[in-house]
Amino acid sequence: MISNYAFRKFKNYFFFILCGICVILAVVPLLSILWEVIIRGAPQLSINFLTQTNANGGIGPAIQGTLILIGLTSLIGIPIGILSGIYLAEFGNNRYAVTMRSINDILTEFPSIVVGITAYGVIVIALIGTYSAIAGAIALSFILIPIVARTTEESLKLVPNSVREASLALGAHKWRTTLSVVLPSAKSGLITGTLLAVARIAGETAPLIMTILGNRYFFQGLDQPMAALPLEIWRDSLQPYASAQAQGWGAALILILMVLSLNIAVRVASGGRMKK
Amino acid sequence: MTTPQKETSDLKMQSIGLNAWFGQKQALKDINIDIKANTVTAIIGPSGCGKSTFIRCLNRMHELIPNAKMTGQILLDGENIFDKNVDPVMVRRRVGMVFQKPNPFPTMSIYDNVAAGLKLTGAKKGKNLDAIVKRSLEQATLWDEVKDDLKKPGTSISGGQQQRLCIARAIALQPEVILMDEPCSALDPIATAKIERLVVELKRDYTVVIVTHNMQQASRVSDYTAFMYLGSLIEFGPTKEIFESPKNPLTEKYITGEFG
Repeated sequence: MISNYAFRKFKNYFFFILCGICVILAVVPLLSILWEVIIRGAPQLSINFLTQTNANGGIGPAIQGTLILIGLTSLIGIPIGILSGIYLAEFGNNRYAVTMRSINDILTEFPSIVVGITAYGVIVIALIGTYSAIAGAIALSFILIPIVARTTEESLKLVPNSVREASLALGAHKWRTTLSVVLPSAKSGLITGTLLAVARIAGETAPLIMTILGNRYFFQGLDQPMAALPLEIWRDSLQPYASAQAQGWGAALILILMVLSLNIAVRVASGGRMKK
Repeated sequence: MTTPQKETSDLKMQSIGLNAWFGQKQALKDINIDIKANTVTAIIGPSGCGKSTFIRCLNRMHELIPNAKMTGQILLDGENIFDKNVDPVMVRRRVGMVFQKPNPFPTMSIYDNVAAGLKLTGAKKGKNLDAIVKRSLEQATLWDEVKDDLKKPGTSISGGQQQRLCIARAIALQPEVILMDEPCSALDPIATAKIERLVVELKRDYTVVIVTHNMQQASRVSDYTAFMYLGSLIEFGPTKEIFESPKNPLTEKYITGEFG
């Protein structure tokens, strides 16, 4: 009996250690990347670095470009994504919706380089005829829309049916019920999902190579090539010059900080839900 | 001095040959019930007998369930609410509903919950919302308990209070009929007693149809009782007759507790 108990205690201890080791294995690469980026990137940070063009030792155009891209992509992608999600969750009880749902799931997993090449073929070559900021935003929307649609559908489905029935039984129309009762009930889930999706596209590189190309100067128009942080990092890392590589480290740190602040915003948004 | 009494014998709603299905399964078979204005009609019967399905047909909530179907007629003031050119939304404004589990809108304050019907249906134009909210909460005997907390979330009060809030929400629209689907089944005895007193008071202004699995409750609050079993209406009549001299042996068995 005693030895059996000791063996069980040992097994318990053994699995505890095993899980602990795996957590360390998973976290070490992440922390070492973060550490390296901070160590190498932090010395670059200065007002000059954040606001000037490459020629003057800064990455201003890339920061501006990424912010414009995030804004434009959100403008295009979030309304379409949320409305599709509403359709799938509230009106999705038909064959058309079932098909759309599975296509949407496939799109969520689509390789981003394929999205980039598609945008290159359809928008850059056929529609606009040049590399452009708007082409980049549309390509990123292709990635954003399925994620937002999916998370919208999931958060709307968490709203209990009794809430919908309460509104319908008052004589409210379906659209009014969805807009004024169901959507507000799912608000924190919607905000969280949308912010996470935006954070995801902020770091996308492959579609940008094929669409916005990059630019050494500040924003010149939606139909012109534009700089962006992921492109800046990619280009700088290919340079043989130490100064260019250092700029790349700085750009990487800025991008990580931007994504991190979006994640913190998510924490704040979903933290509000838990307090309620 | 005589004040003109409301005519209590006129028909408010009529169910004529009502059948209802969930997919292939028939839940209601040829239900014929007359519901008189300003009375309380109780629907009793064992679980699964179709009580809830029946009252959900009365405001066309039944059809919201996928694959649900109904045939026959429901007359509201003599007009068939299943008619092709009748908008179910308009039916639901005239026939309000209180559900089994209290379901106040979780994102709204107590005040907004009561005003929700008026806001959601666009019926608030030119109306004094404050007065309507106060009157509805008073009618639901909730005003004194919440008058200082109107800005608090509707879900912050007790279950019994939430159910009375839902009743206030329904009567804020001044429906003609109020349907109640086992409104006390999730409540404690004290909250139940309050709702029962309220039901009796409501019939002055409204026609009430209440589903209950509690026979004492039916005998306490209702004027008419319908006993249903396996989707059929077994017996319908004045509550006193149903409970004291049921005509159908099945009704007698159920009321004396032999099954159910």
